[in-house]
Amino acid sequence: MKPGALLRGRARVFGDHVDTDVIIPARHCATLDVDELGRHAMEGLDPGFPSRIGRGDIVVAGRNFGCGSSRETAPLALLGAGVGAVVAASFARIFFRNALNVGLPIFECPDAVAACGEGDALEIDPSQGGLTHLKTGRAFPLAPYPDQLLRIVDAGGLVPYVRRRLGVD
Amino acid sequence: MSARTLSEALLARAAGRRDASPGDLLTCQVDKCLATDITAPLSIEVFRRMGARRVARPDSLILVNDHFVPAKDIESANFARAMREFAKEQKIERYFEVGRSGICHALVAERRLVSPGEIFVGADSHTCTAGALGAFATGVGSTDLAAVWALGELWFRVPETVRVVLDGTLPAYVTSKDVILRILSEIGVDGGRYMAIEFAGDGLAALPMEARLTLCNMAVEAGAKAGLVPPDEVTARWVAETGGTLALALAPDAGARYARTLPVDLSRLEPLVAVPFLPSLVQPVRELRGTPVDQVFIGSCTNGYLTDLRDAARVLRGRRVADGVRLIVTPATQEIYLRATREGILSDMVEAGAAVTTPTCGACLGGHMGVLGSGETALATTNRNFRGRMGDTNSRVYLANPWVAAATAVAGTICLPEDLP
Ligand code: SF4
Repeated sequence: MKPGALLRGRARVFGDHVDTDVIIPARHCATLDVDELGRHAMEGLDPGFPSRIGRGDIVVAGRNFGCGSSRETAPLALLGAGVGAVVAASFARIFFRNALNVGLPIFECPDAVAACGEGDALEIDPSQGGLTHLKTGRAFPLAPYPDQLLRIVDAGGLVPYVRRRLGVD
Repeated sequence: MSARTLSEALLARAAGRRDASPGDLLTCQVDKCLATDITAPLSIEVFRRMGARRVARPDSLILVNDHFVPAKDIESANFARAMREFAKEQKIERYFEVGRSGICHALVAERRLVSPGEIFVGADSHTCTAGALGAFATGVGSTDLAAVWALGELWFRVPETVRVVLDGTLPAYVTSKDVILRILSEIGVDGGRYMAIEFAGDGLAALPMEARLTLCNMAVEAGAKAGLVPPDEVTARWVAETGGTLALALAPDAGARYARTLPVDLSRLEPLVAVPFLPSLVQPVRELRGTPVDQVFIGSCTNGYLTDLRDAARVLRGRRVADGVRLIVTPATQEIYLRATREGILSDMVEAGAAVTTPTCGACLGGHMGVLGSGETALATTNRNFRGRMGDTNSRVYLANPWVAAATAVAGTICLPEDLP
């Protein structure tokens, strides 16, 4: 994720407790091919999801998004399907770490899900920490990342961060 | 100097500090780290992308073949091969091959791969199981794990702690599975999100290590980062059996601050079932009596232990699995498999009509050896009943303890052992 770049996309709305078994069922996880993972994204809730979404669409969900298994293939599958960002009322902790580590932009925003309809156009300004519902013009603040995480996000994710620490780059 | 919960004490020490408060971000030394056949391959790829050549501390790595092994298809065979080759290349001693392995969390406890007081991360969400030993144990993803391989450390946000105080003793047919289901029904699947669950109370002393593993295993089902049992006599005995060490063990300070305290009276619990599709949707067995099932699964890192198999065998002995029902039993480790064989437990089960499998995660995650078809219903001793968890999106999973599972297999409908003729 390039920190700060504007993100625009249509809302793809889900409820509370979207777990990693529905984001990417375990039986599809014996691959590291992100496109292949993407073809099964959200299969457990909405098998038509990968074919329906446009590149950069924004998943908007309720509480505890990404609960369950630690599979990093969950954020990878969303990336593979073309999801541009996930905005949720709250995230399960392992998913939160994984998403940042693989470069899937995620934002905590308690009120967005109630205000978004399926397909509504949204704009996220990460540097300002805000989400705008383009039709209504309503703006929502996004929870800022803690400092230590910002260092990792700013480095471009955990991989470049470790490379720097190891003195490889 | 403030009083610390067990998590605060363990994380502070690993970060080289005296104190730690909820919300602090600490970089901690990691004592042990775990990956499995389904998470290691991604970690290996990321490890290379990080430009790392040698793991920082080979003696901290634990690599376990458990999810899709013995290889269920070619992709799984190649995943297992990637981990095997990496173990060889990096000279990892704690690599566990098919036939000398088991479900990673059960294996960690059984072989004392992690000691009380250690910091333990695993690329598997149920890594929190090892909190039963008094370790700070938590699940991470494959990239975080690769960073631990490369650097030997990881950042942690110090969690708030929920204290669960257990009192009394468990009635017949009620196990620690029901205790954790009860807690889940009370606080919900995000009631412990980003928190640690620390167990306490007089009721704890009567819970053997295997029961504690079950308890801590499902802490993550409440969204928790860790579940912890402060080391006591039971821990000491468990550790002593193989000459392990309590040298790093710590206890919570008196007067530590808890986000919440939840009392549970064990003597008032009854056998419970989590109904589809959340582990927190809990009802008493008596309200679900008569619900038909197609399959019963006894296994997993939650309830695939020797005690669990003994409980189930007690119900199955001299009885038959109901017509139209499949009973699948998967001992959690090779050692459990062997001991269950020697005790005659497995022959009782096979005589009853059960399919007994080699140790693996297998059916628990809809991997192999017991995947559900469309419209099928299972009752399982596992930890998750999310949509499609054990197979087809249109299948359903009920979660319960081994007593209920065995009785349900015999009756063909959800029931208790005492309901059987
Ligand atoms: S038994 Fe089930 S829950 Fe436990 S590690 Fe294996 S797949 Fe995960």
